[in-house]
Amino acid sequence: MTTILSIKDLRKTYDDGFEALKGVSLDIRQGEILALLGPNGAGKTTLISTICGITTPTSGTVTVGGHDIQADFRAARRMIGLVPQEIALEPFEKVWNTVRFSRGLFGLGHDSARIEEILRKLSLWDKRKNAIKELSGGMKRRVLIAKALAHEPRVLFLDEPTAGVDVELRKDMWAIVDELKAAGVTIILTTHYIEEAEAIADRVGVIDKGELLLVQDKKTLMAQMGKKQIEVMLTCTIPSIPDSLAHHNLVLNGQGDALIYTYDTNAERTGITTLLNDVAEAGLILRDVQTRQSSLEEIFVTLVSGDAA
Amino acid sequence: MNWTAIAAIYRFEMARFFRTLAQSFLSPVLSTSLYFVVFGTAIGSRIQQVEGVSYGAFIVPGLIMLSVVMLSISNASFGIYFPKFLGTIYELLSAPVNFIEIVIGYVGAAATKALFVGLVILVTATFFVDIRIEHPFAMAAFLILSCLSFSLLGFIIGIWASNFEQMSLVPQLVVTPLIFLGGTFYSISMLPPVWQTISLFNPVVYLISGFRWSFYGLSDVPILLSLLAILAFTGICLAVIGWIFKTGWRIRS
Repeated sequence: MTTILSIKDLRKTYDDGFEALKGVSLDIRQGEILALLGPNGAGKTTLISTICGITTPTSGTVTVGGHDIQADFRAARRMIGLVPQEIALEPFEKVWNTVRFSRGLFGLGHDSARIEEILRKLSLWDKRKNAIKELSGGMKRRVLIAKALAHEPRVLFLDEPTAGVDVELRKDMWAIVDELKAAGVTIILTTHYIEEAEAIADRVGVIDKGELLLVQDKKTLMAQMGKKQIEVMLTCTIPSIPDSLAHHNLVLNGQGDALIYTYDTNAERTGITTLLNDVAEAGLILRDVQTRQSSLEEIFVTLVSGDAA
Repeated sequence: MNWTAIAAIYRFEMARFFRTLAQSFLSPVLSTSLYFVVFGTAIGSRIQQVEGVSYGAFIVPGLIMLSVVMLSISNASFGIYFPKFLGTIYELLSAPVNFIEIVIGYVGAAATKALFVGLVILVTATFFVDIRIEHPFAMAAFLILSCLSFSLLGFIIGIWASNFEQMSLVPQLVVTPLIFLGGTFYSISMLPPVWQTISLFNPVVYLISGFRWSFYGLSDVPILLSLLAILAFTGICLAVIGWIFKTGWRIRS
């Protein structure tokens, strides 16, 4: 797949000596959705700000569509749209005018049809004549997206797009992201919500203390690091795990009526069949069986706490 | 040059002006009328003429300059400070525009607004006194150059300021005294010799003198010196802005 954005050994040290980015290298593929996960202060926003031109890098290179963000900043920035984390809008201006301004600022001529299309897509058409200050928080976020899309970018950065928005709007945002992906837009989003990355990303990058810990296909990541558990629920309670089952490394639940077995989804043999046979041979009767897969959140916590090293 | 972006910034800034057109129009009309009532009538009744020009007419160029300078500074400083305050500056910094284009957009709009107000004051003044403009081209050049140069200064103040108090610091503590002591309401020749010499260190004297010359052919300092002074001031402001944008001072981290 073609690389649309290439980051090489990007470093950013602020005047006070704080090293926000410690040599980040990353290739982003055209048309993918990449979720950048990381705790507060990990360097997610600095990374985005540096790519978009808001922060000057200390060293390293970034190219967007082959254009260097510093030497060829005009061509590079024309390809990029940015939806910032904070709601930053001119409160007295009308929705239509503020979106029109963004399009012009990026060097594109006025196009009423295009602006109408964007506003309709984001359910802002009815509000086009309203001043920004009259809109709800969710609507303001939509305006930020409309502004970022006004110049038809090929790469869209969404910095915590659903922070503080209600569930309904979050689902709407995900739908918008899906539509943009279908239109061929590459999307890089930072998020605190693991479920968001899990729901919409193709690849997941984990960043912490200015370093990119890993970037991996979401499914591969979950498969590689995800452990699965099977809970064997019994019809009766037992005081302890029978000796004949000891080699399965089972855990008895608090009530004593379920056995928990952890296995690796990638292993050649999961050992489930043997376990179930041994359980039956031990004279235990099954009431139910339930499986559970570790979430991206658990993987993330494991990574940033250093357990994965 | 990204002229589309310059036009977008200019249009967006002018929109703020048009949203409050009534205030933009009425405020200078009212303040000019008040100046004529207070200065023109009260003081003018005691000072009949200054170098052959009625006192009311004499103060018109100074009054226009007073408003134009103050408005240029406030329009431009507010224009660039507001995006910094709101956080909307992220869009300017991430857009395919260079700093020259940003300056042209913001300073151009600020200067246009000040120019509009300057012309409103000029028209208002004609209702109170007889005005003649001996050198209309020079008048237009001085007016436009003043709007531009003080808008550049305002832009620098807007970049420098980190709160609203700082925004008014330079206009109130530096610019207002310089204008009032720069011969807005009097001719420098009316001062004692020592104060005449001291006044020559006030750059606004050159500005008002040159502007008044374009009206009545009267000047406290040679007209060429006035022109050089305003050009030098514009050059200094441009150099400072060039440095700000080269270093990203107070804009880019």
